[in-house]
Amino acid sequence: MADAAILRPEPVFTPDSAFFWEGAARGELLIKQCGACLRYWHPPRPMCPACNATRMVPARMSGFGTVYSWAMPIHPFPHGFSAPPIVVLVDLDEGPRIVSNLVGVDPRNVQNGLRVHVEFEPAQGGRSVPVFRPLGAAP
Amino acid sequence: MTRAAIVGIGQTEFSKASGRSELQLAAEAVLAALDDAGLTAADVDGLITFTLDGSDEVGVTRCLGIPDLKYTSRIPQGGAASVASIFHAMSAVMAGVCDVVVVWRAMNERSQFRFGQPIARGNIPAGGGSSFMEWCLPFGAQSPASWEALTAQAYMHRYGATNEDFGLVSVLLRKHAATNPQAWFYGKPITLEDHQASRWIVAPSLRLLDCCQESDGGVAVVIAREDRARDLKQTPVTIHGAVTTLPFNHEIISDYYHGHDLAQLPMAQRVAARLKDLTGMSPPDTQVAMIYDNFTPQILMQLEAYGYCGHGEAKDYIRDGNLELDGSSPLSPNGGHIGEGYIHGMNLITEGVRQARGTAANQVANVKTVFLASGVAGAIIGAG
Repeated sequence: MADAAILRPEPVFTPDSAFFWEGAARGELLIKQCGACLRYWHPPRPMCPACNATRMVPARMSGFGTVYSWAMPIHPFPHGFSAPPIVVLVDLDEGPRIVSNLVGVDPRNVQNGLRVHVEFEPAQGGRSVPVFRPLGAAP
Repeated sequence: MTRAAIVGIGQTEFSKASGRSELQLAAEAVLAALDDAGLTAADVDGLITFTLDGSDEVGVTRCLGIPDLKYTSRIPQGGAASVASIFHAMSAVMAGVCDVVVVWRAMNERSQFRFGQPIARGNIPAGGGSSFMEWCLPFGAQSPASWEALTAQAYMHRYGATNEDFGLVSVLLRKHAATNPQAWFYGKPITLEDHQASRWIVAPSLRLLDCCQESDGGVAVVIAREDRARDLKQTPVTIHGAVTTLPFNHEIISDYYHGHDLAQLPMAQRVAARLKDLTGMSPPDTQVAMIYDNFTPQILMQLEAYGYCGHGEAKDYIRDGNLELDGSSPLSPNGGHIGEGYIHGMNLITEGVRQARGTAANQVANVKTVFLASGVAGAIIGAG
């Protein structure tokens, strides 16, 4: 669905989130894991709310997840897209929930509970973002 | 203990192009509220607004000629700041810090900014509750409707609610607005067919007529010590109780991470529980429900969270007529944000005060108490 001329907006980088977008540029889906109690947390934060450790380590996810809910913004049309994107909440198999897009599926076939796997699409500024494709859907 | 009461309300007209600055709207609304109360600028010792408000305290004091403030503050969480600001004003009064606190909100969110339009780049996450944008904007979730829709669709899936069920709220609020001369949609009711014919904003949950308006306007509310309030122009409307909550991992509208079923609103459940502890009353015990309607699904979800009906039952509760002016819990008789105007929750508070005073355009019979709610904040008010 990515049009070469129209790219999604460049992600906002902050000191606490840069790892996520740097990982995406390498084709890795990273979530911060507490170095002490090993819990995953997203959105990322510099301190574990369970044990208050500040050693938060980026951990690579399997990329598998399940669609929790979805929405297709049609009007006004979102910036940086050539067709209405399917926005999804994905529950990663490791636990954290993230906002992303569903690709490779007809909007009429989107369902809560769809099993998906991560891939990456380009964004403005030479960046990449993680998106998800239903398992078994043609690339 | 000293209690606090709402003693004055003021507003500008609600329009799509005010033709003047937000600061002027703020100043006009504050002046109108003080006039309504029978107070002057010299009586004001506290000022509160939203973190999102475009005018500042210095500007407002400069316009009104307020000589000396003891207290100012700004409340986060978008439009949820509306009822939360009543809590903060009450707290300043009950703590003995202030005698008279004015809360204002003024915005040209139609003519100057387009509040509902997509944005490509949000603020750098910091204060102001903007951190969620970072995780939404690159995926095309760039407008309030799109953030809301991810929760609304979870609700539809969980309880089998349809977009037509959401439309019931829109039809009801436009019916109320149709007989309120202050409403933008005065004289313009809609049918469910009109709702279903309106275009998709975000499929499959939100059509155009599921969204509140973008409005220009200003609203102000004056809160004072109850003993002081008795000597003023209006019948004081006592704040029986006001509460706020900020549950762990809660976000303003992209509230996806709280770890519970997204089809329910844990923060609103807490608001009802705390109000019950504080006042002995539950929201359904009141005679009028002024509940924040940014998008229609929020009304269904809040009705359930505040205890008006069971989970998943709101669509039937509405269909049964409970929210009509002569129903068990009339909803926003002014038409709410959808019908009257969207001044970020504040015009729901002024309507609640009019209902308690018995002076509203669509006056509900025998009002003793009114429930004010904006998601993370709630209050129960009543005359006398």
